[in-house]
Amino acid sequence: MTTTLEKITAIAQQRILILDGAMGTMIQRHQLTEADYRGERFKDWHVDLKGNNDLLAITQPELIANIHAEYFAAGADIIETNTFNATTIAMADYDMQSISREINVAAAQLARKVADEFMQADPSKPRFVAGVLGPTNRTASISPDVNDPAKRNVTFDELVVAYAESTHALIEGGADLILIETIFDTLNAKAAAFAVQQVFDELERTLPVMISGTITDASGRTLSGQTAEAFYYSLRHIKPFSFGLNCALGPDLLRQYVAEIAKISECFVSAHPNAGLPNEFGEYDMQGPEMAGHISEWAESGLVNIVGGCCGSTPEHIAAIAAAVAKHNPRQLPQIEKKMRLSGLEPFVH
Amino acid sequence: MSEEFSTFINIGERTNVTGSAIFKRLILNDDFEAALDVARQQVENGAQIIDINMDEAMLDSKQAMITFLNLIASEPDISKVPIMLDSSKWEVIEAGLKCVQGKAIVNSISLKEGEEQFIQQARLIKQYGAATVVMAFDEKGQADTEDRKVEICTRSYEILTQVVDFPPEDIIFDPNIFAVATGIEEHDRYAVDFIEATRRIRATLPHVHVSGGLSNISFSFRGNNPVREAMHSVFLYHAIRAGMDMGIVNAGQLEVYDEIPLELRDAVEDVILNRHPEATEKLLELAPKYQGGGKVAQKEDLQWRDWPVSKRLEHSLVKGLTDFIIEDTEEARLAAERPLHVIEGPLMDGMNVVGDLFGEGKMFLPQVVKSARVMKKAVAHLQPFIEAEKNGGASSNGKILMATVKGDVHDIGKNIVGVVLQCNNFEVIDLGVMVPCAKILEEAKAQNVDMIGLSGLITPSLDEMVYVASEMERLGFDIPLLIGGATTSKAHTAVKIEQNYSGPVVYVPNASRAVGVCQKLISAETRPAYVAELDAEYAKVREQHGKKRTRTKPVTLEQARANRFDGDWANYIPPEPKKLGVTPVSASIATLRKYIDWTPFFMTWSLAGKYPRILDDEIVGQEAKSLFADANAMLDELEKAQTLQPKGVMGIFPAQACGDDIHVFADQQRIQKLLTTHHLRQQTEKGDRPNYCLSDFVAPQDSNVDDYIGAFAVTAGVEEDELAKAYSDVGDDYNAIMLKAVADRLAEGFAEYLHEQVRTQLWGYAADEALDNDALIAEKYCGIRPAPGYAACPEHTEKQQIWDLLDAEKHTGMQLTDSYAMWPGASVSGWYFSHPKSQYFAVAKIQQDQLQDYARRKGWSVEEATKWLMPNLSD
Repeated sequence: MTTTLEKITAIAQQRILILDGAMGTMIQRHQLTEADYRGERFKDWHVDLKGNNDLLAITQPELIANIHAEYFAAGADIIETNTFNATTIAMADYDMQSISREINVAAAQLARKVADEFMQADPSKPRFVAGVLGPTNRTASISPDVNDPAKRNVTFDELVVAYAESTHALIEGGADLILIETIFDTLNAKAAAFAVQQVFDELERTLPVMISGTITDASGRTLSGQTAEAFYYSLRHIKPFSFGLNCALGPDLLRQYVAEIAKISECFVSAHPNAGLPNEFGEYDMQGPEMAGHISEWAESGLVNIVGGCCGSTPEHIAAIAAAVAKHNPRQLPQIEKKMRLSGLEPFVH
Repeated sequence: MSEEFSTFINIGERTNVTGSAIFKRLILNDDFEAALDVARQQVENGAQIIDINMDEAMLDSKQAMITFLNLIASEPDISKVPIMLDSSKWEVIEAGLKCVQGKAIVNSISLKEGEEQFIQQARLIKQYGAATVVMAFDEKGQADTEDRKVEICTRSYEILTQVVDFPPEDIIFDPNIFAVATGIEEHDRYAVDFIEATRRIRATLPHVHVSGGLSNISFSFRGNNPVREAMHSVFLYHAIRAGMDMGIVNAGQLEVYDEIPLELRDAVEDVILNRHPEATEKLLELAPKYQGGGKVAQKEDLQWRDWPVSKRLEHSLVKGLTDFIIEDTEEARLAAERPLHVIEGPLMDGMNVVGDLFGEGKMFLPQVVKSARVMKKAVAHLQPFIEAEKNGGASSNGKILMATVKGDVHDIGKNIVGVVLQCNNFEVIDLGVMVPCAKILEEAKAQNVDMIGLSGLITPSLDEMVYVASEMERLGFDIPLLIGGATTSKAHTAVKIEQNYSGPVVYVPNASRAVGVCQKLISAETRPAYVAELDAEYAKVREQHGKKRTRTKPVTLEQARANRFDGDWANYIPPEPKKLGVTPVSASIATLRKYIDWTPFFMTWSLAGKYPRILDDEIVGQEAKSLFADANAMLDELEKAQTLQPKGVMGIFPAQACGDDIHVFADQQRIQKLLTTHHLRQQTEKGDRPNYCLSDFVAPQDSNVDDYIGAFAVTAGVEEDELAKAYSDVGDDYNAIMLKAVADRLAEGFAEYLHEQVRTQLWGYAADEALDNDALIAEKYCGIRPAPGYAACPEHTEKQQIWDLLDAEKHTGMQLTDSYAMWPGASVSGWYFSHPKSQYFAVAKIQQDQLQDYARRKGWSVEEATKWLMPNLSD
C-alpha cells in the first residue's frame, strides 16, 4: 500500500496543489448568534461561546461540512480541519480544555467525510485532509510582561502536552496530514514539531507534515523576530513535506519572503496569503482574479508547489487561483549544499 | 585562499561561568543586566556564535540557563546569532533546548557513559532540532593521542550517522585541546596530536566540523598573557590549516601571527609543533622577558610611539588600538596638504596591511573588525575637516547605496570603497552587512539612489548578487549595479550577473577603481559611451568564457543555415597567399616575449587585474610585481640558456566551403582534395545578426571564387615538462609552476607572432598592418585564428586535420593525446581565415538536428558525436 506521503509527493511533482481558503471568513457570512454557537449541548455553558469557531464542529457540523465541500468544489486538493484554536491551551479562553480532544476528533471526522464523498464522486482526483495545529494564544519565547523579560506564560513542555493531545485526536479523526500553521513564535512550532514526532513514534506511523509560518509585517520577520531563512533552519530537522508562509500579508507583500523560502527549501513550498490587507472595516477587498494574478506569477516564477488562501479568501478566490496555476509547472526541488545551517534570529550557515 | 581562513567560526566564550570570572560573579550576584552586556559585547566584537555555560556548584545551573536564555530572547542584538548550550549536565542542556527558537548547538555529548546514553541524547538533540559538539571521550576516558582521537571520533560518527541518522554536517568534533609545555614529556605532543587528528577527521569523516577550546593550550603560562596570546595564535595558525573550522576563542587574547616578535614566535612554534625536546625549556627561559608587566613589554609599548606617524597609524590599525588614533590622525592631518590625503595615504595603506594579513590567514575576523573600528574613528575625526574644505554650495556627485549581501558579513572592502566615494563627494548610504535583497531594493527606491553597490567575500554571495540583479530586472530598475568583493570577478559579473539585468552592471575590482567608475556612470555625457564599452567588454568575456548559457530561442539547422553569414562573394576577391603549402617556423624567446599578454599570467596565480595596471594595484600590486620580476628573470634565463626551444609549423591551402564543411586541396584547381574540416553553426535566434559557422568565411564551391584556409601549430618547446620536473624534483614547486606559466604565455605569444607573420608576409593580405601589442591583444587585426576546442570550433577531434595537413608532429614534436589534448601543455593550434569580416564567435548550444547532421558528416554514430559535443548539447 502506498503511504499518504508517497501519494501526495507523486502529485506534487506533477502539478501545483491547491489548498483551501479561509474558514473564519466563511463562517462570518452566516452571522451566527450566541445561541447558534452553543447549540443544544452547551446552552447552559458558563462562558460566552460566540466566536468559538472550532466548537462549531460539534454544534453546527452541517455548516462546517458545507464550507469544506465548497472548497473542494472550487478545486482544492487539501482542506484544513477547523481546529485552529482547538488545543487545550487556546480552548482555555472558553474554559473548554476538557472538550479540546473531542473538537479535534469531530473536526477531523467532518473533513474526512466530505473528502471521502468527493473522492467517491470522482475517484480520479485524490482529496486530502490536513489536521491543523494552530499557534495557540501564548508565546514561549516572548514575555507577557514588559517589566520582566524573562517571564513566560507558557513553557515548551506545556505546549508539547497540548499539541500531542491535538495531534492524537486529529489522526484518530482521519487526518491525512498535519499542518502546523500561522507560526509567529518559532519556539511554539518547535514544541508542536516535537509533539508530532512523539505521537508518530507512539503510533509507529508517520504522516506528512506541512509547516507554515507568518511574517507579521514589512520587517520581514516573524513576531518572535526571525527572518524567513532563520525560521526555516529552526524547523527543517523534522523533514517537513512542505514549508511555507501564510496570513498577515497579501500576496503582493508576501512574495519576497516566499521567494526567499523557495530558494533554500529542500521540501515543497506552500503559500496561502491573505486576500490583501484589511480595510478600515476589517474586510478584505482583494478579489479572486487579482489574488490569482499574483499567485499565478509566483507559479510562473517557479516559487511554489502548494497554494491557497488565508484570511479574506473564499471559494471564489480558490477557484480563480486553481484555474490560474493549472497551466504552470510546480517548483522544482533545488539541490541544497550540505552545510551546518544554524540560526538565531538570523541564519548562520557553515 | 582568504576564504578558507575567513570561514573559521569564532565562538564567543565570555558568557561562560567556568571560563570568565567576571561573568561568574555577575551571575552569582544575580546581575543579569550586566551579564547581558557581556553577551552583547561579544557579538559586537565578532563572535558568530555565543557559548553559554552556567556550570557552577553555587548555582542552580538549570534555572540560571533558562533565565539567561529567556532574557537573551528579548535582546535582538544578541539573539541574532546562534547559541551554543554548554554544560556537562544533560538536564541543563535539555532545559536550554526548550528555550531557544533558533537552531542551536549542544556542547557536548560523548561516549563517556557508553553507547546507550549517547544514542538517546543524540536522538533527543535531533528531535529538538540542534547540532552538537561531540567530545573525543569514551568509556575508557578522554582521548589524548592522535590515534585515540581519530578512533573515538570515527566510532561516534558511525553511531550517529548509522544508528541515529544524525545529519553529519551537524556534528562538530572536539578532539580535546590539552595544555602543552607543562614540563611533562607525554604532553609535548598534545598540540601536534590535535592538529594531526583534526587533519584525519576532516579527511575521513565527510561533512563534519572540528572545534576546540583554545585557551587550554597555554594553560601552563597563566599570568603571562603575551606568551599565551602568541601560543593561541600559532596554534590556530596551524590547526586551521589542518581543518579546524570552529573554535571557542577570546578575540582579545589573540596576537596577530605576524606581529609576534620573531624570537618568541619561533620558540612558541617549536613548542606547538614539538620540533625539539628542549622546546619547552627554551620557551620557559624566554617567557619572563615577555611577561605582561615586565620591562621588555613595557619598553616596546613606548617604542612604537617613536615611529613616524604613518607607521604609528598602521600599527594602531593592525593592532586595533584606539588610544592614540585621534592624536596620530590629527598629526597626519596637519602634515598633509589636504585632510583627504590622510585617508588616501597612511590610513588606506594601513588597512591594506590588515587586508593582506587577513587574506593570508594571519589575522582573524574579530581582529579585522577592530581594525575597521579604528579606521572609522580616524575617518570620523577627519570628516569635519573634509566637509569644511568643500565649497559651501557643492552638491553631491550622486547617491550610492551600498550593502554586503545577505549571508555575508565581510565589509572591509565595501567600507573602504564607501570612504573613498564619500571623500570624492558622493553621498553614500551604507546598509551594512547581511542585507536581504528586498531591503536593498526597497531602500534604493525610497532614497531614490543613483546606483547600487553590492559587496561580498564568500562564494555563496555570488549567487545572492545574481538574485539581486534578477530582482532589479523584475521590479523594473534601470540604475547601474556595481559588483565588488574578493570572490567577485569580471567573468562572473559578465556571465552570471549582467545577463540577468538590463541596466548597466559593472564589476569594480578594487576601491581605487570605484571613483572613476561612478563618475563615468553618473555623468550623462560619459555614461552612454562607457556603458557601450562595458557591454562590448562583457560580451567578449562571455565569449571567452565559452560555455555561455543560451537564453535565446533555438532555431532549426535549416533556419540557421538560411541565416548564414554572407561573404559577398560576387564582389569580393580573397587575397592570394604569397606562399602556399607547409612552412616550418621557429622564433627566439627574445622575440616571443614581446608578444606576451600578461593579464592571463596573473590570473593563473589568482591575481585579478589587467596588466600593466595590476603592478600598481593596491591590493595585489606588491605580489604582482614580485611575480612579474620572477617571470622575467626566468625568461632571461631561458633566453640565455636556450633550454626551451619554441617550434611551430603553418600552412596555407586552396579551399572551398561545402555547406558547413571546408574542403582543403593540394592544388589551385581544387581537384586534389587533401581532407575535409567540419564545422558547427550557431543555432540560436540571432535577430539581425547571422548564424555564424567558420565555413561561411571561405568562398563556397558554387561561387567559383578562389579562396584559401590556413592552419598552424606552435609550442613553447617540448622541453617544458622536463624543465619543470627538474625544479619539482628538488622541491622547488614555485619555479616548476612558474616555468609552465611562462611557457604557456610564450606559446600564446608565438601564436600571436605567427599570425602577424601570416597577415603581413606569408599570406600577406595586410602587409601594411602596424599594430602594437595592446592592439594585438585587443584582436584589432584583420582575419581570425580560431582554435579547435574553443568557442568557434569547439569540437576537439578536428585538431587531427591540422596535424595531418601540417605533419605537425614531425615538424614540432607536438602530439595529440587520445582525447585530442595537445602535448606539451604550452601549445596552441588553429585555423587561419582571411575574410575581412571574419570574426570570433561562440557556437554555444546546438540542437539534435545539427548533432545528427554533424555525425553523418564525420562518419560517426550519434553516440560518438554526442560524446564529443556534450558541452554544446547541455545548457
